[in-house]
Amino acid sequence: MARKLLSGIVALILVAGFIMISGQAMAAEEKKPEQFVGILAYRTGPFAAGGSGFSSGMEDFMALINARGGINGKIMYKWEECETAYNTARGVECYNRFKDKMAYVHPLSTGITYALIPKGTEDKIVIISSGYGRADASDGRVFPWVFTTPTNYWSQNTAKIKWIAMKEGWDGKDMANIGKYLKGLKIANLHIDVPYGQETKPILDSMSEKFGFKVRHFPVPWPGIDQKAQWLDIARRYKADWVINRNWGVSCTIPLKEAARLGFPREKILGVWWCGAEEDAMPAGPAAKGYYSTNFHGVGRDFPIIQEVVDKVYGAMKGNIAFTRVGTVYYNRGFIAGILNHEAILTAQKKFGIKVLTGEEFRWGMENLNVTVERIKEIGAEGLMQPMHNTWQDHEGGGVVFYQQWDGEKWVSTGEVITPMREYVRGLIEKSAAKYAKEKGIKLRTGP
Amino acid sequence: MTFFFEVLVTGLMVGIMYSLVALGFVLIFKASEVFNMAQGAMSLFAGLALVGFLDQYLQLPLWLALLCTVAVMTIWAYAIVFIVLKPLVARPPLMLFMATFGVAYLMEGIGQSIYGTQAKGLNLGIPDTPIVIGGIFMSTFDLFFTGVAAILVIGLVWFFQKTRTGRALRAVSDDHEAALSVGIPLLKAWTITWIVAGVVATVAGVAWGTRLGVQFSLTYIALKSLPVLIIGGLDSIPGAIIAGLIVGAGENLGEVFIGPYVGGGIQTFFPYLLALIVLYFRPYGLFGKEIIERV
Repeated sequence: MARKLLSGIVALILVAGFIMISGQAMAAEEKKPEQFVGILAYRTGPFAAGGSGFSSGMEDFMALINARGGINGKIMYKWEECETAYNTARGVECYNRFKDKMAYVHPLSTGITYALIPKGTEDKIVIISSGYGRADASDGRVFPWVFTTPTNYWSQNTAKIKWIAMKEGWDGKDMANIGKYLKGLKIANLHIDVPYGQETKPILDSMSEKFGFKVRHFPVPWPGIDQKAQWLDIARRYKADWVINRNWGVSCTIPLKEAARLGFPREKILGVWWCGAEEDAMPAGPAAKGYYSTNFHGVGRDFPIIQEVVDKVYGAMKGNIAFTRVGTVYYNRGFIAGILNHEAILTAQKKFGIKVLTGEEFRWGMENLNVTVERIKEIGAEGLMQPMHNTWQDHEGGGVVFYQQWDGEKWVSTGEVITPMREYVRGLIEKSAAKYAKEKGIKLRTGP
Repeated sequence: MTFFFEVLVTGLMVGIMYSLVALGFVLIFKASEVFNMAQGAMSLFAGLALVGFLDQYLQLPLWLALLCTVAVMTIWAYAIVFIVLKPLVARPPLMLFMATFGVAYLMEGIGQSIYGTQAKGLNLGIPDTPIVIGGIFMSTFDLFFTGVAAILVIGLVWFFQKTRTGRALRAVSDDHEAALSVGIPLLKAWTITWIVAGVVATVAGVAWGTRLGVQFSLTYIALKSLPVLIIGGLDSIPGAIIAGLIVGAGENLGEVFIGPYVGGGIQTFFPYLLALIVLYFRPYGLFGKEIIERV
């Protein structure tokens, strides 16, 4: 009897083992190949609000694609975060950790972007600095591995100057007489004193000469928690007509408070798109109401693709951030970064086949990216993102600049969409890129 | 000339805010000779806790939220003294100093885990609008906190000079072992000091949190108070106040009147320059106690 029982148990174990092994084998058979994405995140430190929103937005987009069955139904996204705390040295360390597995990376910091440009070029990994980083990296002839899509800081600043001219009475059309509305204006460029903050000084100086307005740069030492001296100078001595708020993190909020204390009208402060999030305006309380900032994408959840994330990702309890932050500025920015990557992958897979892409193949996808109005509608991102069209020479993609105003509780689009001074910016970009190429001994690309 | 005085007065009022943070350092150094690197993190945690009680988790009235915040800081004080510092009694001060680094990271991490990383608004209902006195624009908010700092300093000086507990704390500061030998309980003295420092951190967290929003950067306000401590002396409460005024006025005047000639952005290192000059002439700061050790 005991022997029979023993034999029965052994048989059961064997059968269970067989089922488990065959199950695992089937699972392995079904497991799809994975496109690895290394995420240089910062969920800690003074800039965590921006870093966490961006990273989570991008991750949620990838989670949505995976929930749909993967890229073209055959390749799954796999991602891993590495915490940089917005520190350049740690960012480089994170890059080194991922470089053997990834085809592209978003450094999410101008300082880290600067550090990674030579590395990415050597390792053949695409560096995407959407709306940040080196503006002259938009020249694909000199920076073949760097993309600033959909638009760079210099373009943004030309659009800002056009916007200021419009507020001064310009019709927004006739570039021949824009100078008439800008001449004599005093613009204060209040910038955090790090590479990111300094990036736009040349373009503002150049436009100042071209259009006859006066610009003065007011550096704010990192982390920018006290700007009283700068604001006294701006409001009392320099008597600025307009202030460009080019800060980051807490230093974006302080100007609103200081302006209120000095009675400087907040409607005359225009923020960079990294000073245009809920986290920048909300802590300033009533002092922020009426403040303008730029942006390059839509805000909120009223987009079919975001609704799909709400249903399929958050509905399945697989979201990557607190649900309340879905649809906020930084979240949506990361989300459209995810769409941008995905569209480049789809473009590349049309040429190279549906497979896990290398850095070179992904770069081809980025250089042939053409996200049209129709395609945006098809994606379900109408109003969320703008058309982008890269070439091997133009890594910027021809983006436009949106404007938004803080109503005391949320960002509201002003409906203004301004095209940067493209030819003017391109001329400066090529000049600056050529200088870089000469310094580094880089031979200009002559074809794709 | 009006502009000069406006820059000066504004700087003095910012200086008072630096003094608020510096006071926390001074209190702990006076009682335990520990340079508390967690003072900035304490202000951050106090700010986060207050917002948590006011808005994020509970909607308590301000007075109750403040009381609860002080209670939280008291729990921290007990935890720091009995878990972190107790095993280090009679060890070199450097070890206690390093332990406070650990406490700072712990507080920052726990704070962000509980309350999140987003910046939070803190509105006490104090108007943030300018008033003009003699042609000089002054912030009502800054004036309010100047008053708060003055009351706090008077209270602390009274506490240390006139109360039995305050005198015991000073005795502990002078010599741990001698204080123990006459029956002053060291750990109790330390706990009281850390509680008082927690209260000061709460005031600083509220003042700075209302200015900056309650967010991680509050921890950096400690950096602003370092030159204050060097100039005023590590163990002097009046020194912290006067040095705060010197630093606030100095950095503002330096940035506005010297900054434009050297590219601007000098307000961060200018106070350290002042501090180095003071150190050259008075190594213990303007009001610090001169320690003479005989070989």
